[in-house]
Order: sequence, then structure tokens, then C-alpha cells
Amino acid sequence: MSIVVRIPSQLRPLTGGKREVVVEASTVGEALDDLEAHHPGLKARIVDETGQLRRFVNVFLADRDVRFLDGLDTPVQDGQTLSVVPAISGG
Amino acid sequence: MTSPTNGLRCRECGRLFGSKALYVCEWCFGPLEVVYDYDAVARRVDHARIAGGPPSIWRYADLLPADPVGAVDLGAGYTPLIRADRLAAELGLGELWLKDDTRNPTGSFKDRVTSVALTRARELGFKVAACASTGNLANSVAAHAARAGMECYVFVPADLERTKITTTAVFGARVVAIDGVYDEVNRLCAEIADERDDWAFVNINLRAYYAEGSKTVAFEVAEQLGWELPDHVVVPIASGSLLTKIDKGFSELGLVGLVEGDRRVRISGAQAAGCAPVAKALAAGAEVPTPVRPDTIAKSLAIGSPADGEAALRAVRSSSGSIAAATDAEIIDGIRLLARTEGIFAETAGGVTIACLAILAREGVVRRDERVVACITGTGLKTVEAFGDTLGASAVIKPSFDAFTELEESWRNPK
Repeated sequence: MSIVVRIPSQLRPLTGGKREVVVEASTVGEALDDLEAHHPGLKARIVDETGQLRRFVNVFLADRDVRFLDGLDTPVQDGQTLSVVPAISGG
Repeated sequence: MTSPTNGLRCRECGRLFGSKALYVCEWCFGPLEVVYDYDAVARRVDHARIAGGPPSIWRYADLLPADPVGAVDLGAGYTPLIRADRLAAELGLGELWLKDDTRNPTGSFKDRVTSVALTRARELGFKVAACASTGNLANSVAAHAARAGMECYVFVPADLERTKITTTAVFGARVVAIDGVYDEVNRLCAEIADERDDWAFVNINLRAYYAEGSKTVAFEVAEQLGWELPDHVVVPIASGSLLTKIDKGFSELGLVGLVEGDRRVRISGAQAAGCAPVAKALAAGAEVPTPVRPDTIAKSLAIGSPADGEAALRAVRSSSGSIAAATDAEIIDGIRLLARTEGIFAETAGGVTIACLAILAREGVVRRDERVVACITGTGLKTVEAFGDTLGASAVIKPSFDAFTELEESWRNPK
């Protein structure tokens, strides 16, 4: 499956400035692996040493927080968009 | 005077950055914290210098990350600290004080943070002010942007109280209602902030500066108690930033010599049961709150994924505080209890604070022998719809004295 990953400004130095990158994957985790294969260093910024999503990063698949789905095991469908967004909050 | 800060530091990984508009740590996305040279501040600041300052948050400019000269200022802060004996008696408490932040320019504590954020935004050259908001911040940013002559965009959940939309739009702000909960609004704003780097989102790319404004609650409480610290403070939790910064504010007073010693003020939190991720994490012994989908009448506290939840948890635990959660019914009762005992009409968040104070008092967490301060963060005039039709005229009568005496009779002898 081919999906679009939206890259936040903090990580664009690793994608040569690109805002969006197309990857091949069947799960969110695989999408991050494919991202890493083409843009080394990227995955470590999103996932920590234990393989968990970093605490201050959110990943949305088709606008849904993957933490509320199956996390990195969440299956992806062809043409979906995966957004990597720093977690911030106000009120 | 120029700002006393030495840039920004990541709270998560400790990396240092310059004093610019940075959204999060560029390495690990962790939250950023303003760094001060406390020795330099301690040499400069004393009680007299503060007493000679303006009756606003800017009297504490030595501990704020922006220059008070040319501040975007509507007079935020220096709100009354009111002794609440009647409420204390109802709750079985001893010395209780209310920090009445309903008395800010736009009716909530958000004026403190907005004034700091937009002052810093102007220093950094931004011309556009923006925010993601559950309402109070929208009001505040729109008003301060108007004062500063900045263009303004605010993003709010579409189900927000009608009053909060009107009281934002009146200042000329563009109000964009998002079909989603606050956390979704916030996420969209994070993406917009990423793409519009000339926009100052006060609670996103200016967040490190913005959040510092909340320390002034602690500064004022200590000054108004004659430069003494209270024993225990009860603070509502939405993102967790207010609670975290009040804790930091009390510690800073010791660091720069404005209060004696380094006694720790106990900090307890208040959440709505329909959105209590931090209270649940405390009860479960977890270090990080698990996000929830909010469902509560306390819309200004309806943040299911609190950015400073973990920091708030640490502050509560390390100060031997606790966190209570109040149901919608308890929130309404809390608003009414505060109103009828002390004459202060608070919004739903204030109802949460009073309801949780009552719970904590019953549990013996907040004690009768403590000097307690409860933070009332916003005015009830913005959330009257929380009452629906439950509060109205006691009766409708003809304009005649007989009709009135008949009514009095019906009150004395209800059928």
C-alpha cells in the first residue's frame, strides 16, 4: 500500500525540505521503517529506544490518533495520509 | 530594561536553544522552558521594587520573559485575593482564600499568559496573533491583539458556548469553528503554525513564553499574603500548564529571595470527571496520563491530551498534593456554593475547583489547619448556558402589592 506521510518542519532537514513523503507499508510501523530506509535518522526522532512513539509526538492516520487505534500496528489503506505532529496543548 | 532570559531549554532532553519563537524541542519535540539567570534577578529584585510597579502582572517583569516597556497590556493580573470564611465554614476548612481571576480584563486568567505571549510576539516581529482555544484564550487573544493592532485568528471547537464566540468576534478576530474536540483543534493549529511561520500562535510557537505568565498567580498570592507562602493551593487542570507554573512561581520566589526559606507549597489539582486524564494517572500510579475523549460541561477544561499533564503530575506528587475529579452535577453545585457564600460567580472551571476542594476537604487531603488558596480562573458570565433553564425568576406576578403579598404567603406556606 502506498501512503503519504506529512513531515513536520522540525524533521524536514532529514527529508531534504520535503513536506510530504510517499512510502510503501501495510502498517503505521512499516511506514516509519520505509521512511527510515529512505531518510536515515528520521525514525529515531519519532520512536524511542524501546520502540514506542516518543511521548511528545502524535501520529494521525486519516486524522485519527494512532494511540487510539492499534498504535504502530494499526493497518493502513492505500492512499491514506499519515501526519506526524508534535504534541502541544493549550486551553 | 530588557528581558532577563537566557533562551529556552527542552524539559525532556535538556538541549538549549536561543530566545526565539520555537514551538517544541527541535530534537525530541519536548516542551521548552524559559531559562533565567536567577542570581542576576536576585541582585535586582526586592519587595519595594515590586511594590513600586504597576498593578498588573508587569510588576513581576523581572521574572517574565518579555520587556514590560511597550507591553501589550490591558491590565491583566494583580487580581484580589479574598478571604472566604463563609465558604470555609461550609467546607469545614479553616483559613481559606480565593484568588479571584474572574476580575481580569476579559474575565479569565488567560489574560496573564496572553499579555506575556503577545508582548514577546511583538518583540520577535510577529504581526499576526492566533490561538487554539476552548474559549477563554480566544477572548483574551482577540482583545489583546486588538489592543496591539495585530491581525487575529482564533480556532475553537464548534460546540463552544455561544457567549465565548460573541465575546471573541466582537474584537474583530476571525473565529474559525472546527467540527471536532479541542485536541483536534489543537492538532490542526499545530499544522497551521508549521506552515505559517509569520503567525504567533500564543499557545503553540509562543508557548514557552506564554506559559510563564501563569507564574504571576503564585507571585501575587505570596505578595498579597504579606510575602508569605500559603500551605496548600488548589488549581484546575486543563493542559496542566497553570498548575505547573504556579508551582514554579512559588519556587522562584525562594530562589530570588522574595520569600524566606524553601518550604514547598502543596499543590492539588481539580478536574472534571468527564475529562480527568491527570487525576486518573495519579490514582493509577502512572507517570504519564493516558489521553481521553472529553465529555463535560466544563469546556474550558476539556483537554483530553494534556501537554503538561506529566509535569502537573510531578508537581502534585512531589508537593504531597492530590487531584480530585468532579461530576457535572457537582460542578454546578460548586458554582452555586461559591456564588451564594462568597458573591463570586465563576465559570464551570471554577465550579470544578470548588467541587474538588470540597472533595479534598472531605478526604482530609486539604486540612483545616492549612492556609489554603483556591484559584477561581474565569467568570461565570461566559458559561451561563451550563445552567440551562434551571435558574430563572422565582415567580412572575402582576405589578400590584396584593400580588406580591400573595406570593410572600406562598413562600411562607408552600402547598
